[in-house]
Amino acid sequence: MTLDLVGGLVVVRPGFSTTVQDRGRPGWQRFGVPVSGALDRIALAAANIVVGNATGEAALECLYQGCELEVACDSVRLAVGGGNATLEVLDTDGATCARSSALESITASRGERVRVRIAGPSISAYVAVEGGFALPQVLGSRSTYVRAALGGLEGRALRPGDVIPLVRGEAEPRGEVRLPGLDLMPQSKVRIVAGPQNEMFRGEAMRMLTEQPYIVRPESDRMGLRLAGEKLAHLKGADIVSDAIAPGAIQVPGDGQPIVMLADRQTTGGYTKIATVISADLPGLGRVGPGAEVRFELISLEFAEDLARTVAAEIAAWPQRLEEAMPSGQVMARLFGANLISGVIDGATGH
Amino acid sequence: MQPRFLPAGDSALTIEFGDTAELSLSMRIQELCHRIGQTRVQGIIEIVPALRSLTVHYDPCLCSAARLRVALLPLVIEVASALPAEADLVEAELQPAARRWSIPACYEPEHGPDVEEIASASGLLPWQVRALHACVSYRVLMLGFMPGHPYLGDLPPPLRVPRRATPRTVVPAGSIAIATSMCVIYPIASPGGWHIIGRTPVRLFDQARAEPSLLSPGDEVRFCPISSSELAELSEAADRGAWTPVPVWTGDAV
Repeated sequence: MTLDLVGGLVVVRPGFSTTVQDRGRPGWQRFGVPVSGALDRIALAAANIVVGNATGEAALECLYQGCELEVACDSVRLAVGGGNATLEVLDTDGATCARSSALESITASRGERVRVRIAGPSISAYVAVEGGFALPQVLGSRSTYVRAALGGLEGRALRPGDVIPLVRGEAEPRGEVRLPGLDLMPQSKVRIVAGPQNEMFRGEAMRMLTEQPYIVRPESDRMGLRLAGEKLAHLKGADIVSDAIAPGAIQVPGDGQPIVMLADRQTTGGYTKIATVISADLPGLGRVGPGAEVRFELISLEFAEDLARTVAAEIAAWPQRLEEAMPSGQVMARLFGANLISGVIDGATGH
Repeated sequence: MQPRFLPAGDSALTIEFGDTAELSLSMRIQELCHRIGQTRVQGIIEIVPALRSLTVHYDPCLCSAARLRVALLPLVIEVASALPAEADLVEAELQPAARRWSIPACYEPEHGPDVEEIASASGLLPWQVRALHACVSYRVLMLGFMPGHPYLGDLPPPLRVPRRATPRTVVPAGSIAIATSMCVIYPIASPGGWHIIGRTPVRLFDQARAEPSLLSPGDEVRFCPISSSELAELSEAADRGAWTPVPVWTGDAV
């Protein structure tokens, strides 16, 4: 391999939980292997499109905090997708020499540092690099599944000093672009379809689920979004003979508090599932953090399938919507403006 | 029981055959998985067999739940009509397993901390619990919970006890554990609420192998008792990659 010749990104500060994720590892669930992949597949696809990659290419998923990376190759083009996330390029003296907002590409050169910030309210950001990461596919995917140490970089979250090898050692000589007009902020309204076990709940449970707000609990992780709110009562009990768990399934254990099953969900489980979040709205749940409010709205399965097709068609049209980003001088001017007013919390360093 | 279609969102459809975990039901589900796999309906991503149901994951851009139901209904009816109402097939009537495995199992007390408890709950002596567990053959009903984690059935009736009231926070990798009508093996250390009765040196999941999961749904498994020193030897060999069990029999019937 030519990895050593090409170079990579050195992890200076890994942030709270940064893992390599692509669109996941389907096809192995019958052997108990979770699908994993990006929590927010829309942000992943958008960031990839901005750097000229296929939508499902592996990127760095930062949760709660950004990260800081040092460029150890000639040059690299990057983009970040997600909420108010930003990228900053620091020169060897640590001074900011360029900055880009979400879904705007930027190029950094050897020795420079790239700082990813998550300014909130979205808790996730995806850092895509032109050409992708030169990491091996495990069972057809580069996604990290930490519990079984599968994929990504040694099957774990990034640590200081890690080197993430790149496919390209030099950015393609072309102008920077941006993808305007996308809303990657957390959505409080989340649409669901009934089932598979809605009949195993008391009659008023679905009404409670859709009329009362639920609050995201801090124990949430990549496996499930744990919610607190009106208790959902079962008819006979919370346990069923285990069956498969679909993405977005809303599992309700004995305490009556719903859990939305996310990317790292187990393939099978033994709790009743009252409803399932539609695939068009599931990426939005990858953006909400503890304390956020979620409101569910019941729709028909046919409508949910239509919405899934609409989202796929929109993503397919994004490459045509790319526009030239501002020249760097204007970026600098804007940067000063932003620094004067924002006082952004530094996610990576905690400063 | 009539099979039922249960929507599981806009990209998965579950077909449920009953509400119990039984070997005969599981065998029918695996037969249906096999038949659906052969139809090549456009848009199917993967089929996941579970204990009493199977779930078809699909791409809503290429397929829909309504179209899937139409395509799958004839197969479901075929398989369901071959299913006796009481689901009381005897083992001899089941499809022969594609593969049979002999899984080494160390039942010595240090590796089976819950054998005494099972014995007192079932009115057996500890050695009888171990002997009973090792004297029957099991089928892989489902893999789930963790990569390569098998649910084996059916457990001999005297050994059937509920799960532990308080789950353990760490169950060691390779632990063989029982509860309800099933037996499981933990591929990696994880929390668990099943009663631990032994330990195997077998690596159930290894991403480096061509077939990462040792076991597949429908495989037949027997446990072969080994001593603590054999467990240590085989564990060490498995860690070095020098030993992986091979099926004791591969049928040409399937």
